[in-house]
Amino acid sequence: MATTAVPAERGAPELATPRSPRRRTKPGAAKARSNFELYAWVFMRISGLLLFFLVLGHLFIMNVLDGGVQRVNFGFVAGRWASPFWRTWDLVMLLLAELHGTNGLRTVINDYAERAQTRFWLKMLLYTSAFLVVTLGTLVIFTFDPDL
Amino acid sequence: MTVVDSRPAAAPGPAATGPAPVTVTLKIRRFDPEFAAEARWESYQVPFDPSDRLLDAIMWVKWNVDGSLALRRSCAHGVCGSDAMRVNGVNRLACKVLVKDLGPEITIEPIKGLPVEKDLIVDMEPFFDAFRAVKPYLITDDHEPTRERLQSPEDRARFDDTTKCIMCAACTTSCPVFWNDGDYFGPQAIVAAHRFIFDSRDAGADERLEILNEREGVWRCRTTFNCTDACPRGIQVTKAIQEVKRALLFRRL
Repeated sequence: MATTAVPAERGAPELATPRSPRRRTKPGAAKARSNFELYAWVFMRISGLLLFFLVLGHLFIMNVLDGGVQRVNFGFVAGRWASPFWRTWDLVMLLLAELHGTNGLRTVINDYAERAQTRFWLKMLLYTSAFLVVTLGTLVIFTFDPDL
Repeated sequence: MTVVDSRPAAAPGPAATGPAPVTVTLKIRRFDPEFAAEARWESYQVPFDPSDRLLDAIMWVKWNVDGSLALRRSCAHGVCGSDAMRVNGVNRLACKVLVKDLGPEITIEPIKGLPVEKDLIVDMEPFFDAFRAVKPYLITDDHEPTRERLQSPEDRARFDDTTKCIMCAACTTSCPVFWNDGDYFGPQAIVAAHRFIFDSRDAGADERLEILNEREGVWRCRTTFNCTDACPRGIQVTKAIQEVKRALLFRRL
């Protein structure tokens, strides 16, 4: 049975050498058991698939169909949002896109931000911006008044 | 600082025989903490035969030019897995690539993501820590059989690919996630877990899957396929990682 020696016990001093590993926690440290990363991974796959159709459909309606972007004005948006179908479409697209992007950026930060402090503040910034976008977008979709 | 060997190629070595030898430039990443805090590049002119492997060329430098060049090598036939190194930017076993296939100038670095101790020798301990963490040994819950533990050829074929691992660390140190995050188990540990998770004689699958379900487990994999490209044994490493993900997702082996 191999012994799990920690560097200090092996006698050799810890070398601040080129390309040392950036170990963030001590090996064998108690880790929280949760399925969060599994669910996040599945969410990325499913939301990506749905967004493919939602976003392409949205872009087609807004930019290509019936004269394209030239006809988009307040009246056009009010007309579309008169139907619960398009409100639901936009709400689902908003939530999925924002959460998909947030989770993607979270993994990028985890991968590339090396200092714990940097990682923490970048993620706080990310979550705050995601919260603002989702709240504001949802508020507008639910409280939109065509007679404004 | 560049050291160029100006001695005639008559020195004993793999290329000492035959007609006028062809030479190749080895550009090696040298590091010795006793003399300098920083690593440096050094170039060596090495004569070689078409049949010479990269390891032969490196050993020629060690034997004829600079004996302080440090590297690990044992069997020199691609079985022990000691001489993994970064050759022209990709991880290879020096004993499994031919010099003639690598161009006129070959850059050689230690494998990336592990602390360099000297020249091409890295501290493998973080790599072995990850290996130990996935419990790479048979776990059973029944009585020991009086004879051997039988298994059908089909059950054996299920994990055949991942039994080939020689633990050279070429895959783990080619993984961009591992370069940035020493906590990630890395491809090799997942391959080692795969070998037991899908073994019909083993009863520890749930335990190992739970370990790989952690924050630093299989979900950090970005399927960049660097590991599959790097594996000198041709193991479909990324496929094995995906199979572990699927087993976690559906809780079915």
